[in-house]
Amino acid sequence: MPKIGVYICHCGENIAGAVNIEEVKKFAEQLPDVVVVRDYLFMCSDPGQEIIKEDIRKGLVDRVVVAACTPRTHEPIFRKACEDAGLNKYYFEMANIRDQCSWAHWHEKEKATEKAKQLIAAAVAKARLLEPLEDRYVELNKDVLVIGGGIAGIFAALDLANAGFKVYLVEKSPSIGGNMAKLDKTFPTNDCSACILTPLMVEVANHPNITLYTYSEVESVEGTVGNFKVKVRKKQTYVDWEKCTGCGACLNVCPPKARVPDEFNEGLSLRGAIYIPFPQAVPKKAVIDPDACIRCSGRWFGEEPRRTKDGKPILAPCEKVCPTGACSRDEPRDPNGEIIELNVGAIIVATGYRVMDKKHFKEFAPDSPNVITALQMERLISATGPTEGKLIVPSDIPKYLEWKRKIEKGKEAKLDVRKPKVITFVSCVGSRDERFHTYCSKVCCMYMLKQAMLLKEKYPDLDIYIFFIDVRTPGKDFDEYYMRCRKLGVKIIKGKVGGVQRLPDERLLVRGYDADLGKPVELISDIVVLATAIEPNTDLKDLARKLGINVGAEGFLRERHTKLYPVDTMTEGIFICGCAQGPKDIPDSVAQAKAAAASAMSLLAPGKMKVEPLVSEVNPEKCTGCGICAPLCPYGAIEYVEIDGKRRAKINEAICKGCGVCAAACPSKAITLHGFTYEQVLAQIRTIARKGVIEEV
Amino acid sequence: MALKFAFYLAAGCAGCEMALVDLADRLIDALGDLEIVFWAPTVADIKYKDLEAMPDKSIDIALVDGAIRLSEQEHIVKVLRKKAKILVAFGACAAMGGIPGLANLHTKDEIFETVYFNTYSTDNPDGVVPQTKCVVDGKYELTLPEFWNEVKALHQVVDVDYFVGGCPPHHEHVAKIVEAIVSGNLPPKGSWITDGKSVCDVCPRNPANKGETRETVKEVKRTIEGIPDEERCLLQQGYLCFGPITQGDCGASCPKVNIPCRGCGGPLPGVKDFGARAIASLASILEDSAVDQLMEKYPSLAKLFYRYSLPVATINKRR
Repeated sequence: MPKIGVYICHCGENIAGAVNIEEVKKFAEQLPDVVVVRDYLFMCSDPGQEIIKEDIRKGLVDRVVVAACTPRTHEPIFRKACEDAGLNKYYFEMANIRDQCSWAHWHEKEKATEKAKQLIAAAVAKARLLEPLEDRYVELNKDVLVIGGGIAGIFAALDLANAGFKVYLVEKSPSIGGNMAKLDKTFPTNDCSACILTPLMVEVANHPNITLYTYSEVESVEGTVGNFKVKVRKKQTYVDWEKCTGCGACLNVCPPKARVPDEFNEGLSLRGAIYIPFPQAVPKKAVIDPDACIRCSGRWFGEEPRRTKDGKPILAPCEKVCPTGACSRDEPRDPNGEIIELNVGAIIVATGYRVMDKKHFKEFAPDSPNVITALQMERLISATGPTEGKLIVPSDIPKYLEWKRKIEKGKEAKLDVRKPKVITFVSCVGSRDERFHTYCSKVCCMYMLKQAMLLKEKYPDLDIYIFFIDVRTPGKDFDEYYMRCRKLGVKIIKGKVGGVQRLPDERLLVRGYDADLGKPVELISDIVVLATAIEPNTDLKDLARKLGINVGAEGFLRERHTKLYPVDTMTEGIFICGCAQGPKDIPDSVAQAKAAAASAMSLLAPGKMKVEPLVSEVNPEKCTGCGICAPLCPYGAIEYVEIDGKRRAKINEAICKGCGVCAAACPSKAITLHGFTYEQVLAQIRTIARKGVIEEV
Repeated sequence: MALKFAFYLAAGCAGCEMALVDLADRLIDALGDLEIVFWAPTVADIKYKDLEAMPDKSIDIALVDGAIRLSEQEHIVKVLRKKAKILVAFGACAAMGGIPGLANLHTKDEIFETVYFNTYSTDNPDGVVPQTKCVVDGKYELTLPEFWNEVKALHQVVDVDYFVGGCPPHHEHVAKIVEAIVSGNLPPKGSWITDGKSVCDVCPRNPANKGETRETVKEVKRTIEGIPDEERCLLQQGYLCFGPITQGDCGASCPKVNIPCRGCGGPLPGVKDFGARAIASLASILEDSAVDQLMEKYPSLAKLFYRYSLPVATINKRR
């Protein structure tokens, strides 16, 4: 006969405020096999746990039922207490009379009390049927996959690699660097973004513990913590990276017809079909964009070349200039690229963000080339931007590029472009807006101030207006930054911009409201910069589905717990960091990346992991080999083995996570989920169905 | 000494008796060991009063096929229980209620309304419905048994020693049972006489038996839709086959002739509610779109899942 102890927690007033503890105690005392019922102000406190331990040590009880809060947070604590006192920790059951009784029925105290009784009775009914179980250990693969090669992914990879872990870094673009590589300067120190980022990119590329897969995407993920099997698709580059030296000879020969908007310059300029994303790209290798390529020589990879009359093959210009033959068309190339299979123990997701396109905001004249996003402004003032950092109105960029082309060819040309005199910034475009995103994109205030400051310092005659709803500058040295910006003469207007009108001379009429004046204001601006919202990448949902992690309402990855587990996900072994988790600035992204790396390290460093024995098991006597369970297992833990000439299901307990899908589906009830057996669960249900009366076993 | 043997047909079709007769020469061999003392109303010319007159426990083994629908059937099985040492619920109707048990989805009034008034072939100008008593010629009182409100399986009326599934039980299985009876080599009382393995276990179509992995079911088809592939698992093809859930003592007779299993063999040992287990298993293996199709294509799912076992289900009759 089991000897069950029931321990009822007051949780201060949390439970005792609605549940009549004395009444519940009396009820619990008459339940079958219950030998001890005690209550305490805080059962999870040291003295509270000691009460339980004492009873176990004295041999008074050999099953423990704690009626308190949620097992999600407190089950491990009480299990540990049982274990410390020498009782198998799976002889423990919990009734959640806080969340399910006092909290849910605070204003109906009698009902809360009645429900608490029934839940305790159900827990006792299950406790009578508990079985002792032993924890097990599984081996962990210590390699880590980092998805995304922006600043967050770079830091996560470097921290892990420096600690001796092998890292695979997968980046979908041809180069790592992410959005940070596009920035000119960074707040609040105004140091050059490329100057601080490029050395890190090089370090990643040269690190002996990092294998870099750029121009690659995660295709599928299987397995669980310690043993993920990941397929990565290396997209077809159409350039032999073994041979490409990144000399860039091919870039200029790609004909104008094959030119498409340059992603790195946010569409402010054009790039060829064959391109290197940016001068400091890592790896510095060219790729051919097959959608943009116009097949100059009239031939595609692996096809016979057309020949001149004297029999010489006709080559494409890029092919012709390449000193190493890296973009030779002689060999066929698989458009699907190559699949690489990786085995890793943990995964860090750092896929970053994108900024909203201006086209969504019809009121801000998005068809005007002089209405740009802040990231485009970043490119406009960058030394690696379309104008090498010369500030001109964006509508004149084509003129500038034409001039540059002539100069490069040694021709004489006069540069006739307009320099802006007035620049207007509009904040919260798409953020804090019910129509688009309700969240604050967090970094816009600071980067608008930064851009304004950089411009004003360089061109003191510029008139700069920033329309804010609120200026949000919490953070170390941030508000000082804001004050510095004001002192420089940047005009901060509290109020919204209602509309922007494109004028015939490509200037812009900005209509806004100045809340301090309490009046509408109008001004004519040469450039309008929209601080468009930070959004999750379009394919983030798809990736989350492959990984089996959650996405929040706004589309960013959801952490396990906002406060306590900010870089963990609900899937063990998968961590998140950077803007994929939510908008944040570079210091926060780096801090989170380091946190994710540290979390992965502390998980993998021991090389093995304790796993709860709450897994499913097949009784081969009862299994009839129907095969229903195998396709249902989300972890692929079920295999078939031959027993007495018949194929029977067998569950690999190292892979099983105890979800119970197979046990629920098994037509012959041959599968038992330990810790939640049919008998145990049915005993709970029956007890509740009988309003707290436990059926004799 | 020969075993005294009785066989009684309650609310059934006598198919189970045919299954016994199907043993042919093997039955003749067995008859040397069996003395038939009662086989009504189909085979032996014997009256109920003769049965009632037998001493208690004088019959060694009694088989009942058919469900309990009428007061008469209830009376006879109670008598039989008293007279027999071993009582066997033989076949799906006696063991689980069987096809007649589907009547539990309707009330007695609804059934009478349909049978005695509403069918096309009914010719009943006087609106006569069965009465338990009527007087003919002013002097002869005739009686009819009462039609109960629900159909019951045998064990819901009297204690049953053994259960045998099948509609009817496969004659090979019957042969094994007869052999077990004759040799006295019977399992513990209260159990089903079965191998305990599913139809899938003996089905040549089962992907697991071919070394393949089963897949989730993407589409649901009724048997009137197309002709199933003769090799592949019927469930995989979308035909709702209950092979995984059903005792396979039939040797997978139906799947072998391209007909999906409908569950006449009864649930696997340890399973109480056949339909509930069928739903749990199928809901798991069917993809969401297929579940929607299932709901659309089968207007009365209860009649599919509980075709042979409604009276013994957790929710077993219309109230």
